[in-house]
Amino acid sequence: MNGARRQFLRTGLAGGLLLSFCGWLNAAGARPFAVGEREMLAAIANALLDGALPSEREARRRLVERTVDAIGTEIAGLALATQKELGELFSLMVLAPGRMIIIGVGKSWRAASVAEVAEFLQSWRTSRLSLLQSAYAALHDLTFGAWYAHQDTWEAIGYPGPPRGYF
Amino acid sequence: MNDPIRSGLAGGWRHIDASLLTRNLTTLEADVVIVGTGAGGGVTAELLSAAGLRVVLVEEGPLRSSADFKMREAEAYPELYQESAARKTSDKAINILQGRCVGGSTTVNWTSSFRTPPEVFDYWQRRFGLRQLSSTAMSSWFAVMESKLSVRAWETPPNPNNRVLVAGSEQLGIATGSIRRNVKGCWNLGYCGMGCPTNAKQSMLLTTIPAALARGATLCTRLRGERLRFAGSRISALECLALQADGIRPSGRRVHLRARHFVVAAGAIGSPALLLRSGVPDPQRLLGSRTFLHPVVISAALMPDRVDAYAGAPQSIYSDHFLHQAPIDGPLGFKLEAAPLHPVLYATTLQGFGEAHVRLMREFTHANVLLALLRDGFHPESRGGQVRLGSDGLPVLDYPLGEAIWEAARRALLAMAEIQFAAGARWVSPVHEAATGYTSWAEARKGIAELPLKPFVCRVVSAHVMGGCAMADGAQRGVVDHRGRHFWLENLSVHDGSVFPTSLGVNPQLSIYGLTARNASLLAAELLGRPPPLIP
Repeated sequence: MNGARRQFLRTGLAGGLLLSFCGWLNAAGARPFAVGEREMLAAIANALLDGALPSEREARRRLVERTVDAIGTEIAGLALATQKELGELFSLMVLAPGRMIIIGVGKSWRAASVAEVAEFLQSWRTSRLSLLQSAYAALHDLTFGAWYAHQDTWEAIGYPGPPRGYF
Repeated sequence: MNDPIRSGLAGGWRHIDASLLTRNLTTLEADVVIVGTGAGGGVTAELLSAAGLRVVLVEEGPLRSSADFKMREAEAYPELYQESAARKTSDKAINILQGRCVGGSTTVNWTSSFRTPPEVFDYWQRRFGLRQLSSTAMSSWFAVMESKLSVRAWETPPNPNNRVLVAGSEQLGIATGSIRRNVKGCWNLGYCGMGCPTNAKQSMLLTTIPAALARGATLCTRLRGERLRFAGSRISALECLALQADGIRPSGRRVHLRARHFVVAAGAIGSPALLLRSGVPDPQRLLGSRTFLHPVVISAALMPDRVDAYAGAPQSIYSDHFLHQAPIDGPLGFKLEAAPLHPVLYATTLQGFGEAHVRLMREFTHANVLLALLRDGFHPESRGGQVRLGSDGLPVLDYPLGEAIWEAARRALLAMAEIQFAAGARWVSPVHEAATGYTSWAEARKGIAELPLKPFVCRVVSAHVMGGCAMADGAQRGVVDHRGRHFWLENLSVHDGSVFPTSLGVNPQLSIYGLTARNASLLAAELLGRPPPLIP
């Protein structure tokens, strides 16, 4: 319990400092994803959508890339203040100190396994810090929104799509 | 399918898409400038133009119509909703669905039509001195709008999603009712939330706004009301910022609108924000306070047979049973309704990820979802939220979820689960990060009783924003009077859901239509120097 408490304080403090730093980095506002951000979002999508994505490697990679593109489109439709906040979050997740302290993922996002990323997502989902809980919720909503917006994904859930007729 | 908006535009309606402006526009002048084209702005525009007044409407969103409504979430949410349907409270714990297009939320709502309940008027009389407003006094105004917007009993049988609410409630002896809808020749498709593709929904987009445009009103879209200019007790102009085609970034062009009178109808987040930006007198610091949301908690069920909750009128059945278990200012009551499901809305709302999420999504066609709308703003501890301005001048809503809300949320999650099991559900789960679902009512009753109820862990959403420019009998406790007239600025009115001093306990559109019909009629009479209308 004591150890958990210490860990919580350390993460909270370091997270706050890192977020301020990333806020400073992102003062300019929204911009296209950097390579590191794409890799991070791909790793997240790979874990969140596990089970919905095909297991065949190339097909999976292609669909993950498409999902990352769609996340970019979604973000472009959000308020500028929200775009900036997401930019801060993504910077935090991509920078090595952020990955290690907040996320506990020492290796690069590209090298992290689905199970490792899932474990990290679960830790944010059940975190006592509302900042991390809301970050999980943002990743969740962006990724599932991007995935199920595409009509290719509808057959698997039995959704026939909008009715066609005299419109 | 004829698109009456495109026909009207071809016939010469005055529409200015401000994203196309190549220079500032400073010559527009009218009798009345109306900010917002939703339930309040639409009704105001029609009644004032019918009285012969020259009207300019200002809308931040785009003009879209049936030919654009493709029933696809990926297009509808970014085009027609505030912040792509992802608007949130400042702590991100509550997701808010609000329209942002010509017609406002009426273009994308689910057509549920209820008059303001009598007990709500009684409470407003007692607590806010609004003695002019009662069910009796308002009855004719509701009737006028019901007739104009074809608000009628929905004769088509409820879809299986709504039938779950009837069937479960019947088993338990809980009374339900049928929801009246503002539709004419509805095809029962189920895509109301993405804009009606068949022009059946009698939204502002299809009714009052075309009527006003046909009488020469001017509609400006992609234009954000930025600041009211006033000197002494009179407003002289509204300064507006044109937006780019993305609807997000200002283009750099400005529009300056002059008028005799200004009506703010930008919704319960937008209206207080515009008044705050303008720095209008607010000595009691009431602007933006007591903002209510009908916070909604959600219960998902899997039924033995197909539900296909994406098809058919989204909401046709309700239960007010749990609104009447205690005094109105006692523990929060709640209204029960069903929710239509579409892949993005369902997948993003549903808890969990990976294999657990996929398993639930595979049963999409068997899913039923019930909603409980908590009636906030009556219990002494339910004081709602606060709209303030962010660093960019745009609104931010703080809405703390306190114990009074969570106590009601637990009762609501229990009530919905019991109804769903009574209707034959084989699995029920609150939308909650720690819930993995239950296979019997006994299990659910025990599990829900122990669930931690906190922000983020328990999903809370809202589609009804109210308050923030509350009416009252004096400036000590209200921003506007019972007519929507501002207490400090003589040529300013507020005509939208922001004037409600509490929430309503019902879907708000008809309450806004009725009150606005009354207040716009009173305003027209005053501006033209005529006697007020005969209905009180």
